[in-house]
Amino acid sequence: MSARVMAENQPESFKFRAEFLERAHRIIAKYPSSRQASAVIPLLDLAQRQEGWVSRAAMEHVGEMLDMASIRVMEVATFYTMFKLAPAGRNHLQVCTSLSCWLRGSNDVVKACKEKLGIGFGEVTPDGAFSMEEVECAGACVNAPVVAVGDDYYEDVDYASTGKLIEALRRGEKLPNHGSVTGRDGSAPAGDKTSLTDDPTIKIPKQDLAAAKAAFEKAKADAAAKAAAPPPPPPKPANPAP
Amino acid sequence: MLADKDRIFTNLYGRHDWRLAGARARGDWDGTKELMDMGQDWIIDEMKRSGLRGRGGAGFPTGLKWSFMPKVESERPHYLVVNADEGEPGTCKDRDMLRYDPHKLIEGCLLASFAMRAHACYIYIRGEFYNEASNLQVAIDEAYDAGLIGNNSCGSGWKFDLYLHRGAGAYICGEETALIESLEGRKGQPRLKPPFPAGVGLYGCPTTVNNVESIAVAPTILRRGASWFQSFGRPNNAGTKVFCISGNVNRPCNVEDAMSIPLKELIEKHCGGVRGGWDNLQAVIPGGASVPVLPKSICDTVLMDFDALRDVKSGLGTAAVMVMDKSVDVVAAISRLSTFYQHESCGQCTPCREGTGWLARVMKRMVKGEANLSEIDTLEQVTYQIEGHTICALGDAAAWPVQGLIRHFRPELERRIREYRDAKTRDKAAA
Repeated sequence: MSARVMAENQPESFKFRAEFLERAHRIIAKYPSSRQASAVIPLLDLAQRQEGWVSRAAMEHVGEMLDMASIRVMEVATFYTMFKLAPAGRNHLQVCTSLSCWLRGSNDVVKACKEKLGIGFGEVTPDGAFSMEEVECAGACVNAPVVAVGDDYYEDVDYASTGKLIEALRRGEKLPNHGSVTGRDGSAPAGDKTSLTDDPTIKIPKQDLAAAKAAFEKAKADAAAKAAAPPPPPPKPANPAP
Repeated sequence: MLADKDRIFTNLYGRHDWRLAGARARGDWDGTKELMDMGQDWIIDEMKRSGLRGRGGAGFPTGLKWSFMPKVESERPHYLVVNADEGEPGTCKDRDMLRYDPHKLIEGCLLASFAMRAHACYIYIRGEFYNEASNLQVAIDEAYDAGLIGNNSCGSGWKFDLYLHRGAGAYICGEETALIESLEGRKGQPRLKPPFPAGVGLYGCPTTVNNVESIAVAPTILRRGASWFQSFGRPNNAGTKVFCISGNVNRPCNVEDAMSIPLKELIEKHCGGVRGGWDNLQAVIPGGASVPVLPKSICDTVLMDFDALRDVKSGLGTAAVMVMDKSVDVVAAISRLSTFYQHESCGQCTPCREGTGWLARVMKRMVKGEANLSEIDTLEQVTYQIEGHTICALGDAAAWPVQGLIRHFRPELERRIREYRDAKTRDKAAA
């Protein structure tokens, strides 16, 4: 298990701003009445989007909104690793070091982050601009290694491209579109196509539903007749060949 | 090799419009009402006959699973829950379906829910997939606006609501009962079974939890027919499958191909081969982090399906193929996975909570060889103390990679231990 503790310095209070409150109510409406506790993870996520992290006051506020004891909310907030229990940097970098990324050089990506930022995992730069975190499988394994900046995945990165990303962030530039930094189409193999070269709008042959229905009804009737018929006289041949 | 005309995910790489207009042009939402008019029993029967086995890792027959749901609606509503909490190391197939083919999934949700008499479905997507969730939400909104889902889905008279729920980073929530716990607003700790979700699931109601791919392939199976799907792969391993090939290949990729394709063909045809050539191959984990590693000798001939991989004491899992060439420290690779399971154990069952930490610590020593030879056997025995002694399969999943390593790479472990010991002795002598 991962041990996660709340920050020592906690704000006095928490309140959702109007636009976040509206989103919160839309989320709560997704679940049956009296099951509003289901909204706890999405609401904690909203709180984190507003404040940058999840404070004890935010947990208590979410608990009140959902009619949950605050200890139940704290359990959730400390269990799920996406909730930041202490303030993070304005740019939060998540480096995947799980097996697929490791096999393709995530150590170099970690090195680039550490060198460029001068901090280690779980730390924030003194100016509050950056923080970084080591994550378990990001789920983009064929585009490894992966580094996430906030919500956006940058894929197929290496030492140099990670460094460039960080420099661009530091200069306050708009980052390139998220996805593969080497220009791959999603998870397609680099270079020549090995599949999906046909026009995808070519009509696919469909089965004859009327015939399928007739066959289904007949099989059902046969089974029913068999079940209704008197049992055949023994001895029965064992497993006749098909 | 599978032909494009038989591929289900024709926008796997996002080269085309993923929104409703594009999806319709590719054949999605074509005659959905006619499929529903065939009736619930026919849909379930067709799914059974297709031979589709669940694509989330366990390979349980999907149609059979659907048939476990009560046949009549009671005061307890039925639910379909789609498991989009993809996080098994090596696996990234659902991500492409969520972001590039969301309408296949939504149509599948409607048909599966209708077949199981569910009027509501929740898709539980891992929190990190923020952009994927955004695409999916846009697609859900489009489907509502077009009347494809909602109070009168596709004009069938069936009321159907579909909700997207984002998680917040916990691998364990990919386990179906942990996912239900999480969806109800608690820590993701698995429940004891029985009762099974089909009886007592989400909010205590009949629930079926299915993987994204299992649901997303359903509309195409029903449209083209069970026998079409059956025609790919060996008996009992039917269909097409999206494979994720990562690690030391020249061109890592996701690709849809027929089940039972030889592993070597998969890697050579779609991934440009192993880095440095096939003879540079050291080992492959064929189905995501949870399944045992295979040495090259087995990889030369093994087929990629449930039964073939089970026969070599591994598994198809999620069909996430992780390739390691000869430059890789295979002990360190498995040690990395042990660290993963230590991190992701939910802490509920003692054998897993303590065992995964124990495995991770011993594996770190094994990487350096800082151990006694007898500890290899101890390590193996401990894996069997974890396996089968926990509520969910995470304990098993933590045990299997280590068992696979010991089964196929024991000489390597022994060599390290001897070298470490010899170096120590030399240091002592020199001192």
